[in-house]
Amino acid sequence: MLTVSDLTMRFGGLTAVDGLTFQARTGEVTAVIGPNGAGKTTVFNCVTGFYRPNSGGIELLHPHGARFALERMPGHRIASRAKVARTFQNVRLFAGMTVLENLLVAQHNTLMAATGFGVMAVLGLGRYRAAEKAGMDKARVWLERIGLVDRANDPAGSLPYGAQRRLEIARAMCIDPVMLCLDEPAAGLNPRESEALNQLLLSIRADGCSLLLIEHDMAVVMRISDHIVVLDHGKKISDGTPAEVRADPVVIAAYLGEGDDE
Amino acid sequence: MKSALRDACLSAAIALGLFAPMVGLVLDNGDQGLVLRGRPIAAAVLVALVFVGRFGMHLWADRPGKEARAIRASRVVPAGVNKFVAPILLGAAIMLPLTGSRYYVDLGTLVLTYVMLGWGLNIVVGLAGLLDLGYVAFYAVGAYAYALLAETFGLGFWTCLPLAGILAAFWGVLLGFPVLRLRGDYLAIVTLAFGEIIRVLLINWVSLTHGPNGIGDIPRPTLFGLRFGMDDGDDTFAGFFGIEPQTVHRVIFLYYLIFALALLTNWVTLRLRRLPLGRAWEALREDEIACRSLGINVTNTKLTAFATGALFGGLAGAFFATRQAFVSPESFTFIESATVLAIVVLGGLGSQLGVALAALVMVGGLEMLRDLLSTIGEQMGSALFSGLAGDLPTYRMLIFGLALVVMMVLRPRGLVSGRTATAVLR
Repeated sequence: MLTVSDLTMRFGGLTAVDGLTFQARTGEVTAVIGPNGAGKTTVFNCVTGFYRPNSGGIELLHPHGARFALERMPGHRIASRAKVARTFQNVRLFAGMTVLENLLVAQHNTLMAATGFGVMAVLGLGRYRAAEKAGMDKARVWLERIGLVDRANDPAGSLPYGAQRRLEIARAMCIDPVMLCLDEPAAGLNPRESEALNQLLLSIRADGCSLLLIEHDMAVVMRISDHIVVLDHGKKISDGTPAEVRADPVVIAAYLGEGDDE
Repeated sequence: MKSALRDACLSAAIALGLFAPMVGLVLDNGDQGLVLRGRPIAAAVLVALVFVGRFGMHLWADRPGKEARAIRASRVVPAGVNKFVAPILLGAAIMLPLTGSRYYVDLGTLVLTYVMLGWGLNIVVGLAGLLDLGYVAFYAVGAYAYALLAETFGLGFWTCLPLAGILAAFWGVLLGFPVLRLRGDYLAIVTLAFGEIIRVLLINWVSLTHGPNGIGDIPRPTLFGLRFGMDDGDDTFAGFFGIEPQTVHRVIFLYYLIFALALLTNWVTLRLRRLPLGRAWEALREDEIACRSLGINVTNTKLTAFATGALFGGLAGAFFATRQAFVSPESFTFIESATVLAIVVLGGLGSQLGVALAALVMVGGLEMLRDLLSTIGEQMGSALFSGLAGDLPTYRMLIFGLALVVMMVLRPRGLVSGRTATAVLR
């Protein structure tokens, strides 16, 4: 599905990601973990087009066979064409707009295509009405899945934090992604919200969308990941199933501090 | 209580520092040139007013029940207010020419021009969140487009109106391409410069624009081919309907023309807001990075906002040209951009009704204030205010500035700060 090969990203003299190679397979949950400053978010920003890597390739293969070289695409195309959606470490909702509007904005490209360059829809002609109804239906489906139907017309900024997290995921899913990238989705959630999030993520995977996630919360990572990539100082130090990674002495050393330091 | 008193004294001291030279001293024509004359009582009255006002403000703010009021104030204004105010304003606007007063119709035309400009700028600043300090440039492009097309090719108003709009939108795109990667303050500076560049260009490109002399004899608009002339020809409005020709006909026609143009602006904006494009503008204002992550082409979306805003600026410009029958670079100074921006901010970013109210207050209210002050001035013959009464109207900007400050303290998010959702789930 996603093949990252020899990815390197430098900021001035600092090499944040150094020759990283890994794969994320279709229909799986791939987790990228590592201590603070390991370069996880940088990898994410490269995959989703927010940074342009200094070298290396990021190739996305759609289930029906289309190939995209993500390292060369402009940011908005990665979402609209390659269908890679993402969420942010600090929730980035359109806080002043309503929950429903957040989900409709996410369907911008689909809806926009039905407006006939805007002119037809302004005049109330064309097939926009049907497209809008489809958009509303899709928004409703997602509102039901995240349990926010009764808050649909409230400003997104007024939701509790956990609900904002879920809404951000639903908004990302509204672009019909083949791959959803989540940057610490469980950060700041209480155990109950965290469990609800796990269920949501697993249901998204069951729908056939691959997931790539960065997470600190080991409970979430171990529970839902099929495959874990461990980074430290921009390099991959381990790669495998949760059980394998947990038993890997290199990972334990990176997380707990290396014994021979002292 | 003690701190309130101290603060009031401090304010009074500042007022004394300001008003002693500004109001307390006057230059008069004496026997040998100018004479400096004192006006201590007027200055003292103003200082006392500041003291009492400031003290009263403290007492008012410290009255019991502070928390309850804060909660009430934070609540969103009920949408019901819009339902009443908008139709009343609309009705009043339609009825205005029935008063038959040329003064009011002229003032109404001026107000509506600013309403239209405000609504146009509201798309750029209020919806898309792009701070544009050079909006007057598009107004100028529209006005000069009509003036030059009419002068060079002899085209009429109705042909030139869409052309002027399109040309302004074209300039909007042209400016937008290099500029829209900038954000916030930087964008504001570049647009400010753009506004000045257009004005300076109009002054200095004498061979095309006649420079500071401006372009005169711009054709007046016609109503389905009927002129508004004083002769009794068959192709005039009065001649066709067989009524007495009056200059007020044209004034009223111009009024309804700008009224229709402003309503067009409003209608298009309201429609666009409920479409994906308008929603994307608002999303852009809220969070540009999130927009990009959702596959929205940020540059194109900003360009459309810029172009749409410029389009309406251009249409208003063409109207301005045909109303005045004369354009010169003098009319397109920075103060115009600032006024329109002030209207948008005062009205409440993104609020159509707020912008209309703010234009009414800022343009209409200011004119009314001038009349009111000269009337009061004539009434005040007493020695106490000797010399003050005559130049009372010149204080209107002072009063106006004060009102703006008070306004922004009381309602920092503008007259109408509530936002209506563009889609509702039932």
